[in-house]
Amino acid sequence: MTKLRKIKDVFFKWLFFAATAFGMLSLVVLVVDILYQGLPRLSWEFITNFPSFNPDKAGIKAAILGSVWVIGLTAPMALFLGVATALYLEEYAKKNWFTRLIQTNISNLAGVPSIIYGILGLALFVRAMKLGPSILAGAFTMALLVLPIVVVAAQEAIRAVPQTLRHGAYALGASKWQTIRGIVLPSAAPGILTGMILSLSRAIGETAPLVVVGAFVFVRFAPTDPLDKFTVLPIQIYSWVSQPKAAFHELAASGIIVLLIVLLLMNATAVLLRNKYQKRF
Amino acid sequence: MKKFGSVLLTLALAGSVLAGCGQNAQQAPTASAGDQANNAAQAPAEQEEKTEELSGEVLIAGSSTVYPITIIAAEKFMEENPGVNVSVASTGTGGGFKKWQVGETDINNASSKIKDSVIEEAKKHGIEPLELTVAYDALTVVVNKENDFVDSMTVEELKKIWEPNSTVKLWSDVREGWPKEEIKLYGPGTDSGTFEYFTEQIVGEAKSSRTDYTPSEDDNVLVQGVAGDKYSLGYFGYAYYAENSDKLKAVPIVNPETKEAVMPSDEAIENGTYKPLGREIWIYPSKQALKKPQVAAFVKFYMENAAEYAKEAGYTPLPAEKYDVERKELEEALKALQ
Repeated sequence: MTKLRKIKDVFFKWLFFAATAFGMLSLVVLVVDILYQGLPRLSWEFITNFPSFNPDKAGIKAAILGSVWVIGLTAPMALFLGVATALYLEEYAKKNWFTRLIQTNISNLAGVPSIIYGILGLALFVRAMKLGPSILAGAFTMALLVLPIVVVAAQEAIRAVPQTLRHGAYALGASKWQTIRGIVLPSAAPGILTGMILSLSRAIGETAPLVVVGAFVFVRFAPTDPLDKFTVLPIQIYSWVSQPKAAFHELAASGIIVLLIVLLLMNATAVLLRNKYQKRF
Repeated sequence: MKKFGSVLLTLALAGSVLAGCGQNAQQAPTASAGDQANNAAQAPAEQEEKTEELSGEVLIAGSSTVYPITIIAAEKFMEENPGVNVSVASTGTGGGFKKWQVGETDINNASSKIKDSVIEEAKKHGIEPLELTVAYDALTVVVNKENDFVDSMTVEELKKIWEPNSTVKLWSDVREGWPKEEIKLYGPGTDSGTFEYFTEQIVGEAKSSRTDYTPSEDDNVLVQGVAGDKYSLGYFGYAYYAENSDKLKAVPIVNPETKEAVMPSDEAIENGTYKPLGREIWIYPSKQALKKPQVAAFVKFYMENAAEYAKEAGYTPLPAEKYDVERKELEEALKALQ
């Protein structure tokens, strides 16, 4: 009996290790392959050139700027709407069937395929609101896409703030808004930021909804206005991958490296911000 | 410090999302591609004679087949007219027309002719097409490099394979003597002009095809599929075959009139012997968009240099006199608009 117990013990240990190793290994293989293909073409010119039909002169300037614009507009919209919704649901709304209905809907929306948001964005922002296939239409669509994730994350963060803190504030005579602003939000901020990071990481890698909204691929100018036409990094990468010439596939790999770096930088910034908030409480 | 763990989690999650994207880029690169485009990039900078500075934007979407030619035209045009922004999207012929017919784009790239339903829908939005042929393409039927039994195919054999409810499962179902091996099929997705043209020419009705094949909007996926499977068969535009001729074998197609098997090539397309899969590819500016001076200037520029750009992108240019016809049509349309 004891022997079987011990064998099982070892077996499960290695099973779980194998599961972990499988994921890590595929990740390593992918990253190494991308680096191998993409590093030779990665240069300052690659970052500062516009796309070109000539692979030796092609770069991702327009795509980087497009991504920065879209994410830069998406973030404040999603943050404001998401946190406001979470505060309403957690702090104000009564726990009745209606709130539960909203709650269920939000959870469901988080699982809707992104291309559906693209179709919605095309009908609503591009056509009905006549924004055209612009940065603003793309950012609105992206904000909708990440909103459910932000709401759920923010709700969890707000829920995690101990009731005793709120009671303390009320006991000192603070109003509800004062309590939220002074106690709840600062305590929940690190959790909310984590949700934001996760959702923006999703947004920056999304291709399908922006293709539907009408982002272009071959853009040789720097956008200066939210109503400008645009392209983003994943679309640029995708279009290079589907070109016949192999040189463009290498460019795609270089683009992926840049996207990875941009993402790591974004996350690092957010981590720094979060840690700063954390130390105050 | 406890939060550091969740930060790592964030990074790992983000990383895995990206790694997922990376899978698309797994196409093995072949050496020395793109070198030929090297020297041609320098456009002749003779813009002194330009009278007035153009500005504004030109919006183009549509076929991924025409995309490589159009971006050359766009880039060279912008070198001479820095005030104009030409943006090009690659959406597939059908997807592009959906944007074009409501006036969201000025020009649509197309690898199959505009459909009557599109013309009617466009009319409702006050939009009329102008059809301009820019080059020839050869739809190429390919098999695996190691396939040693296929030396040619007839239209009837292809039809037998690709028609809806086709009973062909094995190569031996296509022609007697071919091996009793399962035939694996690869082809473009249904929104593509290539799909439309192939089905129209081979099956006899546009968009009528068997559905149990591996479709992809990305031709490189088809290349990979056929290259990796000895008993596979697929079809796509000639440019993708030309870039991968070391991995694939093009199938000579028997010309229904002369009964001779013809390999796809520039000459065969130009002299019209590669039938019925030699095709024209087009751009469709809307007449309304041509009223904008920058769109008119771009289309003129495109058609003046189409032969050069088509060649550079790996397509067969039209004979010079055909380009003259297209240019004349454009001139007349522009005159009528004034």
